[in-house]
Amino acid sequence: MNIEEIKFRVTAIFRDVFDDATIVLLRETTADDIEDWDSLAHISLIVAIEKEFKIKFDLIELKPLQNVGEMLDLIQSKILDR
Amino acid sequence: MLTESLNYPFDAHYLLRKKKAIRRNLLQRTDLLEKRIAILGGSTTAEIKDMLELFLLKDGIKPIFYESDYNKYYEDLMFSNTSLEEFAPEVIYIHTTSVNITRFPNLQENAVDVDALLAQEMNRFQALWDRAAAHYGCSVIQNNFELPHYRMLGNMDSYDLHGRSCFILELNRRFSEQMRLRQHLHLNDINYLSAWFGLERWYDKFFWYSYKYAMSYEVIPLLADSVASIIKAIYGKTRKCLVLDLDNTLWGGVIGDDGLNGIRIGKETPEAEAYTEFQEYVKGLKERGIILAVCSKNDDANAREGFSHPDSILKLEDFSTFQANWDPKHENVREIAKNLNIGIDSLVFADDNPIERNIVRSQEPQVAVPELGNNVARYINVLDKTCYFETVSLSTDDLQRTSFYAGNAIRSEIESKYTSYEEFLSSLEMKAEIKPFSPIYLDRLTQLINKTNQFNVTTRRYTQAEINAMSVDGRYITIYGRLLDKFGDNGLISILIAECRGSELHIDLWLMSCRVLKRGMEHAMFDQLICEARKRGILTIYGNYYPTAKNGMVKDLYGELGFIKVKAGENGDTTWLFDIPTVYTNKNLFIEVN
Repeated sequence: MNIEEIKFRVTAIFRDVFDDATIVLLRETTADDIEDWDSLAHISLIVAIEKEFKIKFDLIELKPLQNVGEMLDLIQSKILDR
Repeated sequence: MLTESLNYPFDAHYLLRKKKAIRRNLLQRTDLLEKRIAILGGSTTAEIKDMLELFLLKDGIKPIFYESDYNKYYEDLMFSNTSLEEFAPEVIYIHTTSVNITRFPNLQENAVDVDALLAQEMNRFQALWDRAAAHYGCSVIQNNFELPHYRMLGNMDSYDLHGRSCFILELNRRFSEQMRLRQHLHLNDINYLSAWFGLERWYDKFFWYSYKYAMSYEVIPLLADSVASIIKAIYGKTRKCLVLDLDNTLWGGVIGDDGLNGIRIGKETPEAEAYTEFQEYVKGLKERGIILAVCSKNDDANAREGFSHPDSILKLEDFSTFQANWDPKHENVREIAKNLNIGIDSLVFADDNPIERNIVRSQEPQVAVPELGNNVARYINVLDKTCYFETVSLSTDDLQRTSFYAGNAIRSEIESKYTSYEEFLSSLEMKAEIKPFSPIYLDRLTQLINKTNQFNVTTRRYTQAEINAMSVDGRYITIYGRLLDKFGDNGLISILIAECRGSELHIDLWLMSCRVLKRGMEHAMFDQLICEARKRGILTIYGNYYPTAKNGMVKDLYGELGFIKVKAGENGDTTWLFDIPTVYTNKNLFIEVN
């Protein structure tokens, strides 16, 4: 799956979770850019992403993610491992 | 529709993703009742709070939440706490789970130590409940405990004093005891929920290590629905009346087309059995005080006839109101609420037809419309797991009390031991219906004749048409047997066909289902055969046994009944003769017939 398609589907997840159809994700987007993106919303995002792409994150993978770009790359590599 | 996702079975992923949109949708209602609810958690509760909000909004309660900090349930409640005091909760939900048990027994401890440990754990929770009652004076909802994630002692874990399972089971028992004693304390039974959901799916260690949730997010809607239903029950917002469709909901088939003999109810086929169990469930709801109503597209006379079926558990008088006509169902539902003089929001509408469900849902959104589906084997699940009829007290229901005591009587009887098999047989309180074939049983007769292999002397197979022909032909004696005992109805389980030739009677077919072996039913059948034979002036009865790979158990059936063997073929076929004595004593001693 190419990164653009992943980004498209992740955007849909963000729009659902934050109930905001105007959200546009960039690789540089961080939690600071989206008002409701707190640690609890982060859990919802992770769970929804796991389900959407049929992947499971490992315990050590989630902490160091700096921005959306890193998240997309991690999803892509998990899909390859599937 | 977004709010339909709040019907069992829940799609946790969908709810998690769409919860904000669902919430926005539900908040459009204007007649919401505000309630202040404090969630005091022993693990993370954020998602539980969000889901609880949706399930309360669905039925018109708008919660305002206080949420304790992570694992501060004890401190928040026990000690002076201005913010909780100012919040003035109307309901406190203590969300603790097995992770909050202070300590489990270690292997060096003896029974006295373990008991002290249990008492210590109980004291901690009792102090919480006392404090809530004295200081906040509000209702408290308390989880019990789910069984442990692992069993250090294997199967022994659940009975050895040191086992975690054993410890949890004992705590749960003591919790239940407290629930009975304390009027404003209500149990959220996560022990049942986790068993129902499956412990393997209940536990999600990733979710625990990462976010400190004590259970998987997949089960959170089920948990939240359970808590919400208790809150609704506390405020009298539970449903009072179950509105039922008839065709393919309470019985299989369409009474108007298939007729009384064609509908499926009883014990004779898997489908019929499933409808019977559903009717038993509905009857149980009625007995605990739920009002029943019929809402069916049918001619009134046809609809009512269905309940005259001998196997129908539900009878006409079980229904408080009966709407069978061709008007749209949402109009009938309105009529039902009016007839019963209850709010339309106290109705649950059960119908196998998705079109009817949709029309009621869209026209009368306050009626609860579960996704019943069209698979009768799942009807009970759908109604039971959505907790529409949750209640927090049965104390005023005298009817319930009498049946409770009756139940106890049966149980203690079962527990007592029998000194002989005969004594056991008489304790079964067996009753049989042994009669000539009747058209209503044709399907079952055909099915049984074509599948019974073991208790079957001739293993003859007949088509429905042949069976029907013999049943109306005066030369044949046809008898079916149906057996009931105190545990329930075993259904039609034995068949006997014999042909009259002058003063001789030849047994053509005799079979019995294996589910009632060794009950003496064959004696009761034989007595009935003798009785029928005498009416026709028969003097001698002949019986044949044709061996097959499976029917060895009836090789000596005739001999045991007093027949004399008159012929034995090389292939094992045997022919037997019985002269009917002038004074015949019934062989059956334990079954009350007809």
